[in-house]
Amino acid sequence: MGKIKIQHSKFKIIKMSEVKKIEFSPEAFELVQRLIRRYPEGNQKSALIPTLHLAQAEFDGWLSAPVMDYVASLLQIQAIEVYEVASFYSMFNLKPVGKCLIEVCRTSSCWLRGANEVVAHIEKKLNIKDGETTPDGKFTLKTVECLGSCGTAPMLQIGKQYHENLTLDKVENLINDWSQATEHSKYLDNSTFRKN
Amino acid sequence: MAKVTIDGIEIEVPEGTTILQAARLIGPEVAPPAMCYHSKVKTSGGYCRTCLVEVSKGSEKDPRPMPKLVPSCRTTVMDGMEVSNFTSKKVVDARKSIVEFLLINHPLDCPICDQAGECHLQDLSYENGSAKTRTDFERRTFNKIDIGNNIQLHMTRCILCYRCVKVAEQITDGRVHGVINRGDHAEISTYVAQAIDNDFSGNVIDVCPVGALTDKTFRFKSRVWFTKPMQAHRDCDKCSGKVNLWYKGEEVLRGTGRKDQWGEIEEFICNTCRFDKKKTSDWVVEKPASISHQSVISANHYEVFTKPTEFKINIVKTLPIEEKTN
Amino acid sequence: MGRKILLKHINEPGIQGYETYRRIGGYASVEKAVKTMTPDAIVEEVKKSGLRGRGGAGFPTGMKWSFLAKPEGVNRYLVCNADESEPGTFKDRYLMEKIPHLLIEGMITSSFALGAHTSYIYIRGEYFYIVNILEKAIEEAYANGWLGKNILGTGYDLDLYVHVGAGAYICGEETALLESLEGKRGNPRIKPPFPAIKGLWGCPTVVNNVETIASVVSIVNDGGDAYAALGIGRSTGTKLISASGHINKPGVYEIEMGITVEDFIYSDEYCGGILNGKKLKAVVAGGSSVPILPAELILKTANGEKRLMSYEGLSDGGFATGTMLGSGGFIVMDETTNIVQNLYTFARFYHHESCGQCSPCREGTAWMEKIMHKILHGHGTLADVDLLWEIQSKIEGNTICPLGDAAAWPVASAIRHFRSEFEEYVKNPESIKEVNHLYNTQLA
Repeated sequence: MGKIKIQHSKFKIIKMSEVKKIEFSPEAFELVQRLIRRYPEGNQKSALIPTLHLAQAEFDGWLSAPVMDYVASLLQIQAIEVYEVASFYSMFNLKPVGKCLIEVCRTSSCWLRGANEVVAHIEKKLNIKDGETTPDGKFTLKTVECLGSCGTAPMLQIGKQYHENLTLDKVENLINDWSQATEHSKYLDNSTFRKN
Repeated sequence: MAKVTIDGIEIEVPEGTTILQAARLIGPEVAPPAMCYHSKVKTSGGYCRTCLVEVSKGSEKDPRPMPKLVPSCRTTVMDGMEVSNFTSKKVVDARKSIVEFLLINHPLDCPICDQAGECHLQDLSYENGSAKTRTDFERRTFNKIDIGNNIQLHMTRCILCYRCVKVAEQITDGRVHGVINRGDHAEISTYVAQAIDNDFSGNVIDVCPVGALTDKTFRFKSRVWFTKPMQAHRDCDKCSGKVNLWYKGEEVLRGTGRKDQWGEIEEFICNTCRFDKKKTSDWVVEKPASISHQSVISANHYEVFTKPTEFKINIVKTLPIEEKTN
Repeated sequence: MGRKILLKHINEPGIQGYETYRRIGGYASVEKAVKTMTPDAIVEEVKKSGLRGRGGAGFPTGMKWSFLAKPEGVNRYLVCNADESEPGTFKDRYLMEKIPHLLIEGMITSSFALGAHTSYIYIRGEYFYIVNILEKAIEEAYANGWLGKNILGTGYDLDLYVHVGAGAYICGEETALLESLEGKRGNPRIKPPFPAIKGLWGCPTVVNNVETIASVVSIVNDGGDAYAALGIGRSTGTKLISASGHINKPGVYEIEMGITVEDFIYSDEYCGGILNGKKLKAVVAGGSSVPILPAELILKTANGEKRLMSYEGLSDGGFATGTMLGSGGFIVMDETTNIVQNLYTFARFYHHESCGQCSPCREGTAWMEKIMHKILHGHGTLADVDLLWEIQSKIEGNTICPLGDAAAWPVASAIRHFRSEFEEYVKNPESIKEVNHLYNTQLA
C-alpha cells in the first residue's frame, strides 16, 4: 500500500551544477521550528501557511513543486496537502514572478477612485497585461481584490508595503525605483516574527 | 429514539440519525437524492446541496421551523421534527436550480461516457432538471489524465463531491490526489504527474457519482446496459472478495464493488479483484446482481423483475408538463 | 463631538508603543480582570453591555461567550478574526496599526474570561506589515508580564500568537478561519457542530472580530452598564465605520450608534460631504455584501424618518427598502457613478473568493460574473437581467456558509433599486462610458 510512482514528464538531462539544492537558510529553518512550536504538539500542519510564505520569500517569490515537497517534508505531511493549500490562497504564486510583484486593488472603492486608470497606466508603461511578467523578469502585474485600503484608494501593494492614495506620478516613481531592484519583493523578512 | 415525519410519513429512529438516513428507511418515495453523501464514506455530504429539505417544525421541544433549507445528509433528526421533501415547492425549486448549477459546466457527453446508465447526475437531471439550458457561455474543460494504469480522471465531468478524496484519505495510506485551486477553478488533481498506486485506489471509481473517474480496463468496451452484472466472490487476502462481475456474453468486462439500493458501495474491494481477475474461473459466481427495475441496466434482467402491485406516483414526476419542458 | 472609546487616544503621540499606551491607562482591564473578577463575572458584564459582534453578523458577544463548552481537561481557545477582507472595510487594520496594544489587552482580558490559555490572532496575509506591529506589541506585553506564565502573580497563564493567512476572503468566515489556522484550505465547515463546541483542533473555541475584542477593554474597565448607556436601543456602544468612495474625508470614524446617516455623510466631523460638491447617488453601508441603497433610501427610511447609523436603523424596512450595518464598510457613490460597473467589481470579487466547496456558490458566482461581463461589454439582453435575478435568488440561503448570501444580496439590491440602469446598459451600451477617474490630485 501507498507506493508512489512518479511519472517524469518532459524529462530533460541537466548538469549537476544546475541542480539547485532546496534547503532553507539556517535562520529560516530555525524560524520554521519556532513557528511549529506555536501550535500544540501534533498540529504542526498549522504552521503550513506561514512556512509557505517563508518558502516563497526564500525561493525567488514563487512556489515550485520541489519547494512545496520540501515544505511537506519539513512539516511531515503529504505533498498533496501542501499543493491543496498553496493553490487555494491567492498570495501564493505557483509560477515564477518578476523581481517586483505589483498587486493592484480594483474592487469597488478602488475602482470608484480610478484603479482602472492605474492598471492601464502600468500595462502601458511596462508593456504587459494583467498577470504577465516583463521579458526582463523585473515586473509582474497582478490585479487583486480588496486589500482593505478603501479609504486611501486607489492603492497597490509591493511586498509588504502598501502604496496608497496613488497618482500616476507615484506609480511612475515606484516603477523607476523598482527597476533597479536586485532582490524579490517580499511579504516578510527577519523582523516579521518575534524571536522568542 | 426520535419520531420524525417526512412528507407526512412518520418513522421512529435512533437519536443521531440524519434526516436522509431516516428518509431512506421510509423508502424511495420520500428519500432525497444525494450526490456527495455516501453512507460508507465518513464526513461525506453537505457539498452538492441536492438533498436540501425543508424543516417546518424543528422538534417537539422547539417547534420553530428552520429558517433555511438544510442538507438532510448532515442534519440529525430531533424528536417531533417535521420535514418536507418532495411535498415542498421550495425544496423542489431549489433542487431544480442545483441541477442547473451542476450542469452549466457539465459536458453532457453522456453518449460517449462510460458512466451513462449508472450515472447519478443523469438520474438527477432526468428527475429534476430542465429540458433547456439558460447559458451559452463556454463550458469549463480540462484535459483527461491517466492516474495510474487503470484509472482515468476526466475532470470536465466532475461535480466536486469530494467522495474520492475522502475515500483515499480513509482507506489508503498516503493520499496523493486532492482538490487544488479554488472556486470554479477547483479540480481533483495530483498536481504533479503522479500515479495513484495502492491496493485500494480503484474504489475512487465506484464512489464517483459521475463519469469523472472511470475504469480504463472497461473503457469503451460496452454500454453498461448491454452487460449483465453477476454477484461473485473469491478468497482474497486483501478484501472481502465480494464483487459484481459485469458480463457481455461469456466475457467479464469489468469488476466493481457491490452497490446498495441507493447506488452506494456496500464494501470496498481491492485492485486485484477489480482489475486483474477477469476470468470466470477466478470466481465463484453466485447469482444475478439485483438491479432496480427502474434502471436501464435491468432491461435485460427479467429474473429480478417483479411486477408492481400498485402504481406509486412520485411527486417529482407530477410537476406540470410546462415546468418540465421549459 | 461624539463619545469615543476605541479611538479615544488615537492621536496621542507614541500610542503604538507600550510606554505611552500604559501611561494613558492601558492594561488596566487585565489587572482588574485577573485580580478582582471571576471569568463568569466578566461574561456577565459583556452580556450587560449589549455588545454585538463587530465583524458583520452582529451576534451578541456575551451570548456567544456563554455558549462555550467547558469540558474538564480540554483546552479552550480564543481566536481573534483579523482577516478583514470585506470590500469597503479597513477599520481593523487601522486599529491594529495605530493602537495595537488595545487589541492585545482585549485578547488577554477576553482569554481570561473564557478560560483560554493559548490564543491566536488570525490576520490576513496582505496585512503582513501589521504582523510586524502586532508581534512587537506582543513582545512588549510579554516583557512586561502581561503575557506568559503566572500573569501578575495570579497563576493565570496565557500565550498569544499571531497567525497569518495568505489571501482568501472566505477565511473571515469563522469555521473557514479555523480550517486555515489548522493549515488547510479555507473551506467553511458544515455546522453544527459550532466552534463553541468543536472548534480549533476539535476543542471549544470562540472567534471574535478585532473591534469586538478591543471593545471588551472598556466594558471591563467601566462596566457593561456604562457601555450599554451609549448608543441606541439594542445597538449599544460605539462602532468603527470605514468610510470610502466619493467623499471629502475618507477614513475610519468611531461613531456613537444612533447618529443620522445624513450627519455622518455631510458633517465635517465625519465624511465632510460629497467630493467636488457632487450629489449623492447611492451608498453601500456595511461592506460589499449588504444591499446598496439609493440616496433617498439611505438618508431617509421608507416612512420618511431620518435613517440612523445602527443595526436597527440601517435594516429598517428589511431588504425592500433597507440594508444592514454589517462590518461598517461605508462606500459612498456620487451622481456620476455607474451602478452596473460597480456591481461588476462585486460580482468579480465574489466569484474570485468563492471557495468552491458547494455547488450553488461555486457555479452561481461564476455564472453571475459572466453575465455581468456580458452586459458590461454591450452583449447583454433584458433576459440576462432577469436571469441574474433568478440566479442570485437560487444561491441565497442554499449554501454552506454566508458567502452565498453575500454574493447574492448586492446583485439583488442593484437590480431592485437601479433596474433602469441595467436596462439602459442593455439597450444602449455605446452611450455608457466609464466615469471613474483618479481623484487624488485633490487630496493632500
